[in-house]
Amino acid sequence: MNTIVSIKPLFAILVSLLAVIPIVFSRSSPNLREFWTFAAGIIKFSIVASMIPTILDGSLIEYTLAEVLPGIAIKFRVDSLGLLFALVASGLWIVTSAYSVGYMRGLKEHSQTRYFSFFALALSATIGVAFSANLLTLYLFYEMLSLATYPLVTHHQDTEARSSGRKYLTYILGTSIAFVLPAMLITYNLSGTLEFSNQGFFTAEAAPKTTIAALLVIFVFGFAKAGIMPFHSWLPAAMVAPTPVSALLHAVAVVKVGVFSIFRVVTGVFGVDLLQSLDLGTVLAYVASFTIIMASLIALSQDSLKRRLAFSTIGQLSYIVLGAALLSPKSMTGGMMHIGMHAFGKITLFFCAGAIFVATGKKNISEMVGIGRRMPITMFAFFIGSLSVIGLPPTGGFLSKWYLVLGTIEADQLPMLFVLLGSSLLNAAYFFPIFYKAFFCTTEESLFENRMNEAPAWCIAPLVLTSAVSILLFFYPQPFLGLAGLAVQNITGG
Amino acid sequence: MTPSEQLPILLVITPLLFTLAVSIAGWFNRKICYPITIITLSASLYISVALLLQVVKNGEIHYHLGGWQPPFGIEYVVDHLNALVLVVISFVALVSAVYSKESVKQELPDKIPQFYTLYLMLVTGLLGMTVTGDAFNLYVLIEISAITTYALIAIGKDRALISSFNYVIMGTMGACFYLLGVGHLYIMTGSLNMMDLYKILPPLYSSHAIFVSFILILVGLWAKMAFFPLHEWLPNAYTYAPSAASCLIAPLMTKVSIYVMIRIMFSIFSPAFVFEAFTAHNIIIWMAAAAIAGGSILALAQTDFKKILTYMIVAEVGYMVGGVWLANRLGITGAVLHILNDALMTLCLFLAAGIIVYKTKGHKLENLRGLYRKMPVTMGAFTVGALSMIGVPPTAGFFSKWYLISGAIDAGHWGFMAALIFSSLVNAVLFFRMIEVGYFEPFRDNQEEHDHNTALSPKIDEAPLSMLAPLVIVSISLIVVGIYTGDIVDSIIRFTVPAGI
Repeated sequence: MNTIVSIKPLFAILVSLLAVIPIVFSRSSPNLREFWTFAAGIIKFSIVASMIPTILDGSLIEYTLAEVLPGIAIKFRVDSLGLLFALVASGLWIVTSAYSVGYMRGLKEHSQTRYFSFFALALSATIGVAFSANLLTLYLFYEMLSLATYPLVTHHQDTEARSSGRKYLTYILGTSIAFVLPAMLITYNLSGTLEFSNQGFFTAEAAPKTTIAALLVIFVFGFAKAGIMPFHSWLPAAMVAPTPVSALLHAVAVVKVGVFSIFRVVTGVFGVDLLQSLDLGTVLAYVASFTIIMASLIALSQDSLKRRLAFSTIGQLSYIVLGAALLSPKSMTGGMMHIGMHAFGKITLFFCAGAIFVATGKKNISEMVGIGRRMPITMFAFFIGSLSVIGLPPTGGFLSKWYLVLGTIEADQLPMLFVLLGSSLLNAAYFFPIFYKAFFCTTEESLFENRMNEAPAWCIAPLVLTSAVSILLFFYPQPFLGLAGLAVQNITGG
Repeated sequence: MTPSEQLPILLVITPLLFTLAVSIAGWFNRKICYPITIITLSASLYISVALLLQVVKNGEIHYHLGGWQPPFGIEYVVDHLNALVLVVISFVALVSAVYSKESVKQELPDKIPQFYTLYLMLVTGLLGMTVTGDAFNLYVLIEISAITTYALIAIGKDRALISSFNYVIMGTMGACFYLLGVGHLYIMTGSLNMMDLYKILPPLYSSHAIFVSFILILVGLWAKMAFFPLHEWLPNAYTYAPSAASCLIAPLMTKVSIYVMIRIMFSIFSPAFVFEAFTAHNIIIWMAAAAIAGGSILALAQTDFKKILTYMIVAEVGYMVGGVWLANRLGITGAVLHILNDALMTLCLFLAAGIIVYKTKGHKLENLRGLYRKMPVTMGAFTVGALSMIGVPPTAGFFSKWYLISGAIDAGHWGFMAALIFSSLVNAVLFFRMIEVGYFEPFRDNQEEHDHNTALSPKIDEAPLSMLAPLVIVSISLIVVGIYTGDIVDSIIRFTVPAGI
């Protein structure tokens, strides 16, 4: 496999970091300020997209910034899994920015300059995680993301935001310092490197089985952004953030960084063969399954729409962890694809929740009876997003779930098959009533007038787009499927 | 001899002579004290950087005062370790001096010449402590810097006088212990030159007198560096000192004492004595772990942000003492690197604290209210310092912590590792407590009406540029030093680890 040295990954990260400067300086002119966000978004996406052909050819792109510790550099490497994630995150940033404009201006929010600056910063960190070549670089950007999103989560600066922000940091920063940092140091001490490799750099000779098992568990729970129970409750708390933040960061960027890190640790640090020989994947699979079922059950009981979506996200994230944990080619393909597929489905749902809030000020599901009459476009997009998250055709979510199901059979783990199917039923149980009540209710029951009155176009266009893409991905899953397939091929060495 | 060969003495003599110049100039025109100080300290920085480059290029420099040959004359020695510390001292001194102008004008309007006289005298003492290669000369310089520090703290307001008095008692006891220890050494060997002692001592390693002298010196230095539980004097002294003085003292005093400890351990004694004959190193690492945990827990109980920072210094002292006593390459590298990093991050935080005191006239947590809106640059730089203290990459603090934890793992000392992780977590709690107040609670001013709009978005009101620029430079340097950690370790710190480890 040939490696190309190119500064492109660094540029892809820096674009949005540097965009913070013009954003801050043009704070008195909102239109100019938002122009910089879009410019940075488009440039970032183009740089990321321009690397697709090289990667699909089977090459890697590398760039080393500086060797900070003996044998460990701040180093970037673009491979197919990282590119897949970067593509999803940078692409959706542009859409979310459009939505942010509609949402923030629609609600006349304060401190919009700060909002757009930290949003740009968070995206830099996300792409940084995607392109990290070793655990230290990944940790660096992981922490940067935690801190950059703190002002976004606590945007409203009230008592509720303060306590949620505290919870957010306690879980995310606390676990990364208390668990990931020592685990990383011990790993370095045992193996002498932190550089991800396709088959993992950890060898069975490096440490006794119990140490390896303990390290794996510490890493998995340490990356609390993945929302594995019992380290999940920051995510519902983070829903105090403005909805675009919840949409991009807490359905795509932040949480996917968590599962992405777990994927990297499972495949790049320990390696599939080692975990298979020690039978550690199964342990992880049970942990993930527990989260999948529990999160879906809790979601059923939530009346706040955003909280229900948050618990749904917790469950869906563990699908991806499950995909990694089953260690079979099909399940890993499914897990990787789910990073992209779930992103489009869930972001649509969050956009809808935000659009409803902007147009009507409603947050709770019980207050949304008959809302389909007033906001038919939004609620139809909601329907499509739900289908994708449940995993029904004709949406992209069906494909990733299909691969995951095949993976359970391939790995000979039938209990997991039932977990996946059971979870789908639960997903349907907490989504269908929402849009059923929205459209099918008597005029007396309806809480809304029978007159169309949607949110501003800046809010509607993005959700129409993402829901359309969710459908499109069913028919043309190619960029994601191709990249995931290639990544799995490299991992399994086939 | 060419001037470049005279650098070691010029380094110390320049600020000493200008101390005199400042105090005389103060009688005629107090306005010129500040420029003289800045010029002097720029010269010191230039000389110490030149020395560092010389050492990196040619190795150790030995300078004999007045041409007297050691062990009879006083010798100055510059190697990789103290060349680095010299640069740290002169950099911190210059930056704090630039920053001090407005702060001194506000806090000590009628004592400007006195302040700068003491300031330069302290810098002289610190540079001398670092550069000397003579155990008794070291004592003299320790006392010069200690006495000037007492005075600098005592000219502050409120409880400064009583805090300084507490410090005098502890500091003097520390100095006595040190002098007693050196006395023992002199009785046993007849020499005071460090290199000479290093050669004479090995046959005496089993002697009880040498044991006792080592313990006396160690305890003396611990009192000077506020090593838990000998830390009682530090928090009050550093909190009530004038802001400009605490910006100089807080980053340097403890760090230079740590340097002296390392110097004594490896240049008078040797790893063979310190880590083998002297069997207490395991206990000392546990004491360091206790210092880290104790400092962190005591910090949690404070409601005064300057005092929180001072308790963090107590914890950080534990980092460095523990790192050195881990007795392995990683630990010592981490400790030396942390001298540099901790000096910078403490400086960053105290500069920011000083600006906040300058603007809000207080150092309680309430004084931070609404400052993210009112003083975004100051608070931004403060946040960088905070992240470095927590140990978030790529700030400098992360990398020294990395080395220290690696050293602990390498030595199999899980207690010390746990203490380091615990302290990172506590620092995160402490700093986010301050950040929360600054970010969530609206700004309140006594004169202003409690109008909701002005409270939520007060006008940006930053400190003067002469205070802000040093702060911003230091906070950027935290990230730059972090990214270049690899080079710093490779070209300087690698050589500070004694042979045989």
